[in-house]
Amino acid sequence: MKVMIAVSGVDVAPRFDLTVEAIIVQVENGELTHEPRELVLSEPSGDELCGLAVSESVELVICGGIDEVHYDYLAWKKIRIIDGVIGPYVRALDLLREDNLSANTILPGGE
Amino acid sequence: MFQNANLITLLDGIPHAVVVVDTNLDVSRMNHLAEALTGRSNGEASGIHADYILRSSLHPFNSYFEPVFGEKQTVVHEGNILDRNRKIVPIRFTISRIESHKGRQLGAMVVLEDLTLAPYLQESLARPDTFDGIVSLNPRMQDVGEQISVFAATDASVLIEGETGTGKGYVAEKIHQASKRSSYPFIKVNCGALPEQLLESELFGHVRGAFPGADHNKPGMFRLADRGTIFFTEVGDLPVTLQIKLLTVLDDGEFFAIGSTRKVAMTARIIAATSMDLKGMVREGLFREDLYYRLNVLRLDIPPLRERSEDVPLLVDYFLSSFSPGELTPRIDRSTMDILKEFTYPGNVRELRNILEHAITLSHGDTIKTEHLPEYLLHGSEAERYASIWRSSGDAHGRNAAEGSRNKDMKWDDVEKEMIIEALRKSRGKRSEAAKMLGWARSTLYRKLKYHEL
Repeated sequence: MKVMIAVSGVDVAPRFDLTVEAIIVQVENGELTHEPRELVLSEPSGDELCGLAVSESVELVICGGIDEVHYDYLAWKKIRIIDGVIGPYVRALDLLREDNLSANTILPGGE
Repeated sequence: MFQNANLITLLDGIPHAVVVVDTNLDVSRMNHLAEALTGRSNGEASGIHADYILRSSLHPFNSYFEPVFGEKQTVVHEGNILDRNRKIVPIRFTISRIESHKGRQLGAMVVLEDLTLAPYLQESLARPDTFDGIVSLNPRMQDVGEQISVFAATDASVLIEGETGTGKGYVAEKIHQASKRSSYPFIKVNCGALPEQLLESELFGHVRGAFPGADHNKPGMFRLADRGTIFFTEVGDLPVTLQIKLLTVLDDGEFFAIGSTRKVAMTARIIAATSMDLKGMVREGLFREDLYYRLNVLRLDIPPLRERSEDVPLLVDYFLSSFSPGELTPRIDRSTMDILKEFTYPGNVRELRNILEHAITLSHGDTIKTEHLPEYLLHGSEAERYASIWRSSGDAHGRNAAEGSRNKDMKWDDVEKEMIIEALRKSRGKRSEAAKMLGWARSTLYRKLKYHEL
């Protein structure tokens, strides 16, 4: 499963539409199968992130807040979204690998 | 830092969302309105950097506090935040320094003034007797517009009846916006979307340790709607046990969070809506009569679109221009308009909107022609479609239309499940098409699919 995480520094970004960085990882059977890839946009853009999610065939997006326009678009493209996540993205990824990450999770250790 | 009970009372008395932060900008305290706006309780938000709770457009967030802490200034900025419903809300942020009586810097107070209503208020001052968004030439709908202003002036419960897609939620929100409660939250509760136990916790809230998994205090919808309006959509789906509890809250004007022994005053106004024949449900013993009369103090009946077909061209114009803001409004040819005028819209205004969205996508901005309309409008028997989708629905009018074939022993859940399966079968598994056939938003269908484990 290909996963995109909207990030801000070491944390999950608070807002999808104001995000310039994203990490793409491949998770299979709870393990990362490839090195995480980092994407950096020239300016914050939820539209561009959505376009990347589709063109990269991402199946799951993890983010902080996401506005309903981008949420509905991703859902329409059959991309699952776990939103409202607060905390370090590495911890979010750990929980995902354990199949324990859900929307609105607050993870310890954020900046 | 701020544990003083008087301060908490003071914050809750301010008619705007307020967040108190320490010098690291971590949240120390939020008032009820801030909890309602962000969807995070004090327990959850405490100690988290405010930018992650507010999700504001002020960027970088810390830089806006420099003059507050450095030069002891109060600063005002306009921007927006992302609220608990994934809506971007325009906000005026007023940030003031907080210091101890010895002048030691303790943190800052951020007041968030919701600017959503500002244009609406200006408009309603200019046109006091109109309600923007109710597009109609129909006398019954014009009555609805007038009733909104009358009902907004009182605090009595309102029951809104109408078929699915007629705009019951829209009318409820208009009543709230026109009332003196408009600066307080409008909280929507979908009684059919959550299992009973979860719904009870969502409504009344719970305290830490109330049940396994309750690891923090959670304010319920009644608390979040403090001094605002709580809107129960599809109130006919409310389980009987919760009907009793709701009635008790309405009678006593107070409630207990699950696991708590402390009474909380209920200050929200109640608006309920249903597409079901609630009176019929009372007769069949499926809905409590006392609750029905308690909710039905003021009543609004929204007519289905097929009974106000004169509004179809108006609504078509309205939706086409709203789909293309700032662009040339797409045209629609006469024969296509004739088809739209003759259709009976079991999904009402929402269905017409979906049809036009479909057509505008396929027409690529050119004139909308019949080939751009969804297939089901052009081929096959509409009566057959109507009957198949609504044969077993809880919708009062649809149910009447297909009364003969309805199995009276079926429960509403079974009926709804069958209706969804039928729509999915007809759309060959295409969910977006099935949602249009059912007259639901796509998100509603997704939620119902999950609920029915389909």
